[in-house]
Amino acid sequence: MRNIIKFLIILFLVLNSKSFAAENTAKFLDTDWTFKGLFGKFDRASLQRGYQVYTEVCASCHSMKYLSYRNLSEKGGPEFSEAEAKAIAASFEVTDGPDNTGEMFTRPAKLSDKFVMPYANDEEAKSANGGAYPPDMSVLVKARKGGADYVYSLLLGYEDPPSGIKLDDGVYYNKYMYGNKIKMPNPLSDDLVEYSDGTKATQEQMAKDVVNFLMWSAEPHLETRHKTGFRVISYLIILTVLVYFSMKKIWSRVESKV
Amino acid sequence: MSDHEYTPSSKFGKWFNDRLPLLSLVNHLTDYPTPKNLNYWWTFGGILTFCLITQIVTGLVLAMHYIAHVDHAFSSVEHIMRDVNYGWLLRYVHANGASMFFLAVYIHIFRALFYGSYKAPREIIWIIGIIIYLLMMAAAFMGYVLPWGQMSFWGATVITNLFSAIPLVGESITTWLWGGYSVDNPTLTRFFTLHYLLPFLILGLVVLHIWALHVPGNNNPVGIDIKKPSKDTVPFHPYIVIKDAFALLMFLILFAMFVFYSPNVLGHADNYIEANPLVTPAHIVPEWYLLPFYAILRSVPDKLMGVIAMLSAILILAALPWLDTSKIRSAVFRPLYKQFYWILVADVLILGYVGAMPAEGLYLLIARIGTIYYFAHFLIILPVLGLKEKTLPLPLSITEPVLGGSPNLAAARDKVEKIS
Repeated sequence: MRNIIKFLIILFLVLNSKSFAAENTAKFLDTDWTFKGLFGKFDRASLQRGYQVYTEVCASCHSMKYLSYRNLSEKGGPEFSEAEAKAIAASFEVTDGPDNTGEMFTRPAKLSDKFVMPYANDEEAKSANGGAYPPDMSVLVKARKGGADYVYSLLLGYEDPPSGIKLDDGVYYNKYMYGNKIKMPNPLSDDLVEYSDGTKATQEQMAKDVVNFLMWSAEPHLETRHKTGFRVISYLIILTVLVYFSMKKIWSRVESKV
Repeated sequence: MSDHEYTPSSKFGKWFNDRLPLLSLVNHLTDYPTPKNLNYWWTFGGILTFCLITQIVTGLVLAMHYIAHVDHAFSSVEHIMRDVNYGWLLRYVHANGASMFFLAVYIHIFRALFYGSYKAPREIIWIIGIIIYLLMMAAAFMGYVLPWGQMSFWGATVITNLFSAIPLVGESITTWLWGGYSVDNPTLTRFFTLHYLLPFLILGLVVLHIWALHVPGNNNPVGIDIKKPSKDTVPFHPYIVIKDAFALLMFLILFAMFVFYSPNVLGHADNYIEANPLVTPAHIVPEWYLLPFYAILRSVPDKLMGVIAMLSAILILAALPWLDTSKIRSAVFRPLYKQFYWILVADVLILGYVGAMPAEGLYLLIARIGTIYYFAHFLIILPVLGLKEKTLPLPLSITEPVLGGSPNLAAARDKVEKIS
């Protein structure tokens, strides 16, 4: 039985180690994510700042089509107050209709509306960005190997190309990007946004905040998941111990060991 | 089936049981005499039943929210993850459940290989098991296509394209499978239908698998025939039930660690990118549980031969009861087989590793050696070993130590003590 426990633990560790495939990219930058670990939670203030970075910087090219404005005030997220979320929504215009004369019309967005898309369609997005499609950001963190660490590193990974590498117009060098060539210019610079809570908007701070926000948008139920997980596993461990002693008792009637 | 006649005590019970012997069946299942020396590797049958039921139940609820259409599949999965109550839990249990299912099935299969559970009189149990395993792979593959991410689409393209290797009719078969000229909406809808159907076929086969098991009874770590019921056996309930429950709970802790703390680690990041027929991912990799076979497929330079090799790698298992010529079941008493068994385990793990790597250079060479060894194990080593190997003396029963004056007596007794 000890063997089997050892076996299961080793298995979990082996399957969890992400060292399966070697990539030609540098090791990712580390930062202290609050959402990692057994009780990992989001940093509320950072999520709110992250939303600000997203909406003021990223949203001009990147859509977030699976999120609705109501999500911004939901539990486990940035937790803006409902009034704040309503105000945020109302600052965007959406097309609705047809009305009873058959015409489409625009109105301020409501909580139930999805995030407004920066472009009408993929083709427009591509043509506005030199042929590269800015990926939707709703699940971006989960769609990249390395997850939050990767996106954080990428945002801070712009540098001059090493000598010998020639870049075309509109292509930039990033030491964390797969293949090192990226069509997105360095999006962040110090003091690009002005945080209302007085936090200094350094490049690192903005990258951290926006990646926090992206992690939440990809995993909106992460906090519930961690909380439920802890309860489920505690329950299972207690039950396992109880069943173990019941088993010992039952098997004590026969001379075989379990 | 039953070893003794059962008569219900109540009058109604007797009346009912004469017309439909359901109570006899329940009695058989609770009384079923089981070898008392079964170790924890034998608990995976129960764990697998649990996995199947979990997949069916979570799958049913997911199917209520999922939309099998190329334009809506990806967003309906996001809808499940975000807006359906506990949708994230259902989906993560279902997705990781597939991995846990395969993990358990591999342990179950390798347990059978170690203790010779496939040998007479259990060949039919074994062959039904192989069919279940094949259906599981089909169900898992089609299930992976449903979220319509990049790996879904390109995995489906690669695997369905394998059929085009069949001479003459290959192209037509592929078109027929796709329902068009590429993986598209008709492919998705039929995969969804089949993904819904296959688990129920598996369930039916599981019933047959257990039925066939209950005829000769369980094999055991010593691998000898035992009288049943006797002092070598215990009734299934409560002894085996509580032991299976304990093992299942430990398995569930592992399961829960994946679901709640690393739900995406066993999947591929690219599958969170919506399928795009115009962009091919850098590496197309199947799920981890199919990697050894993927390595075998790619290790053969010719496409048709590769497909044949891959299929043979699975089907050869069905011939195992006849390829293994040894009369001794348990590897405990087969010192040479035991070593070859562990080499095979290592070989399959290595094949799995190189299956995840690009098929080039050293990886390809390793895959080729691994493939050749895999087939050699079944086609050469096992038949020859059965005839040549000097086995250790078997005990007369699982409770009695070895009788007689063999020089290996002490060794055998020691072994028996260790495994019981």
